Amino acid sequence: MDLNKLFKAIVIAAPLLALGACSSTSESETDASGSTTSGSEYGSGAGGVEIGGANPVLSPEEQQRLKFQELRKEHIIYFDFDRSEVQTEFAEILEAHGTYLVEHPNVRVLIEGHADERGTPEYNIALGERRAKAVAKYLQGMGVLPSQMSIVSYGEEKPLDMSHTDEGFAKNRRAVLVY
Amino acid sequence: MKRIAKSLICLLAVLVLPAKAALDIVITEGVDAARPIAVVPFVWQGAGPAPESISDVVMSDLTRSGTFKPLDELSLGQRAISKMDEFNAAAWKNVSAEAVVMGYVKPYGAGKYLVSFDLVDLVKAQMQSGGPQSRSELLLDSRETVISEAQFRQYAHRISDIVYEKLTGIRGAFLTRIAYVVVNHQEKNPYRLMIADYDGYNEQMLLRSPEPLMSPAWSPDGRKLAYVSFENKKAEVFVQDIYSQSRTKVTSFPGINGSPSFSPDGSKLALTLSRDGQPEVYVVEIATGALKRITNHYAIDTEATWFPDGKSLLFTSERGGRPQLYQVELASGKVTRLTFEGEWNLGGTVTPDGRSMIFVNRTNGKYNIARMDLQTRFMQVLTSTRLDESPSVAPNGTMVIYGTTYNGKQVLAAVSVDGRFKARLPVGQGEVKSPAWSPFL
Repeated sequence: MDLNKLFKAIVIAAPLLALGACSSTSESETDASGSTTSGSEYGSGAGGVEIGGANPVLSPEEQQRLKFQELRKEHIIYFDFDRSEVQTEFAEILEAHGTYLVEHPNVRVLIEGHADERGTPEYNIALGERRAKAVAKYLQGMGVLPSQMSIVSYGEEKPLDMSHTDEGFAKNRRAVLVY
Repeated sequence: MKRIAKSLICLLAVLVLPAKAALDIVITEGVDAARPIAVVPFVWQGAGPAPESISDVVMSDLTRSGTFKPLDELSLGQRAISKMDEFNAAAWKNVSAEAVVMGYVKPYGAGKYLVSFDLVDLVKAQMQSGGPQSRSELLLDSRETVISEAQFRQYAHRISDIVYEKLTGIRGAFLTRIAYVVVNHQEKNPYRLMIADYDGYNEQMLLRSPEPLMSPAWSPDGRKLAYVSFENKKAEVFVQDIYSQSRTKVTSFPGINGSPSFSPDGSKLALTLSRDGQPEVYVVEIATGALKRITNHYAIDTEATWFPDGKSLLFTSERGGRPQLYQVELASGKVTRLTFEGEWNLGGTVTPDGRSMIFVNRTNGKYNIARMDLQTRFMQVLTSTRLDESPSVAPNGTMVIYGTTYNGKQVLAAVSVDGRFKARLPVGQGEVKSPAWSPFL
C-alpha cells in the first residue's frame, strides 16, 4: 500500500525532476524507496527524439509533497567542527524526512552519527552519537515517534573522504539517515 | 649533518633488509643520542648455512629501544669471537662503546640448537688495559640455552632483554606484542584486528569484519584482548582469548559500548556506556557482568584507563567545556581535573610507574602525543607528526606507540617517553590504527 503510493509519487516526480533543475546529489545516495533515481534517464531520448509535455496542475499540498520528495534524496547533513547543532541550511532536508516519517508511522529510520578523524577514536564515537541524537531530537520535535528511530555512532571509523584535508574533514562530520 | 645521514643509511640498511616484518621501522630522530654498543655477529658452529641470525635481531632490538646504537661491523675491535675467553682488551682499545655482546650457535640434536652469549663491560676492560684482567669483573652476564628452530627470534629478544636490563637497570620490553586494527576500504571485509611481535614479525589475524573494529586492550596476563566490534550493526564490547580463540560478549547496551580497559587484576573492565543518555564511565565485572557506574555528568565522559594501583581511573571529560583529563577515585567517587594546558587533552594512559601520563594534546589545532608528570604537572609535547591519536605505553614505560597520519595514510609511530627517539612503522596496505602494547609476556 505504502510502496504503491511511493511508486506513484516517483512516476509523477521523475519527469518533473528532468524538467526542473536537478539539485546536486552525491553518487552514493539512494532514494527513500531504496532505488537510485537519476534525473538524466528521463531527459532527451536515446534515439534523438525529444519528448514534450505539459506540467500537471498541482495543488499546493502536492507541490509541497514533491518538494519534500526531492529533498528526501539528500540523506546526509553536515556539522561544524566539534559541534552537534543542526545548521539552519539543513532544516529543510530534515523537515522533508520528518514529514514523511510522521505520515508513515510504520517506517523506521536509522540515524548514523560520524566525526572527522581529528581527536581520539573513542571521543569521536561520543561526538558522533551526540550528532545522531541532535538529528533524532529534531525529528522527534516534528512528531516522529521515538520508536521509529534508532541511532548508531561510527565516530571516525567510516569516513566518506580519506584525504585528511580540511575539505575531507568537513565531509566526514555528518549524520546519515538510513531507511 | 653528513654523519647523521650516513648513520641513518647504515641503520636503514640494517633495519629494512629483513623485510619479512609486517611493520618495518624507519627511525626518524634520536640516533645521535643513543649509546654505542658492540654486537659481534654470533658465530655459527654447524655445517651448512646458519639458521636465522640471532645477533641481527639483538642489534635491531637495541636500535629500536632508542637507547642503544650498535656499531657497524667494521668498527668492531675483534670479529669471529664467540666467548669471553677469546676477548682481547687491547684490540678494543680505540672502540668507543660501553659493552660487547658476543655468542655462538651450534646444532644440539634433532631440530635443537645451543645458544651461548657473553656480555662484556668494555669501559672497565679499557680502564684496566695493560693491567690484570679478571674475567668475573668484566663479565656482566653469560648464559647458555637450548632452543628449537622456531624459537630463534624469541630467544634473541630474550638476550636483548638481558643486555638492556644489565646496562640500563630497566627491564627490556622486547618480548612483547602489539595489537592493532588494519582497515582496507577496498576489501569486502575491510576491518581486521591483528597482533604481532613488538617489532612487527609473526603478524596474526584475530578477527576480520565488514564493520568497524576499535580500541583493542590487553589483559594483564597478555592472554586476552578486549575490543569494540560493530559486527551486529551496533557497538558491542567483546573479550577474546588469543590462544583458544574463544570470545565473550561483555556488554551490548543501547548506544555506545566502548573504550574497554582491563583492571590491573584482570577481573574487571572500565568502559564507556551511553545507556543513560550520555557517555558515562562504568566498571563491569567480567565474570558476572555486574555494572557499577563511576561518572555522572551530562557532558561526555569516556576513555577511562586504570592507575597502576587499581584505585582510580584516568578519563576524558568535557565537563569543563572542552575535553580534558580527570582522575576519579573509585572508592569515594572524588573527581580531580589533571590538565589545564592546551586546548584539548584526551585519550590518556598512566605510565606503569604511576608517575606520569601520556595523552593526546591539542595546541593551535595540532594533535600530538604529550606527557605530563603527575607530581609537578610539567607537560611536554613529545611528537611533531600529524593527527596523532591512541597512544599506548610499553610495559617498561620507556616507549609510546601511537597512531598518526603520514603521506595521507594512517600509520603507527613510536616515540620514547623523553621525546628524543622517534620512529615510523609503515605498512604496505590499508590504514593501521589503534595500537595497544601488550604487558610483559
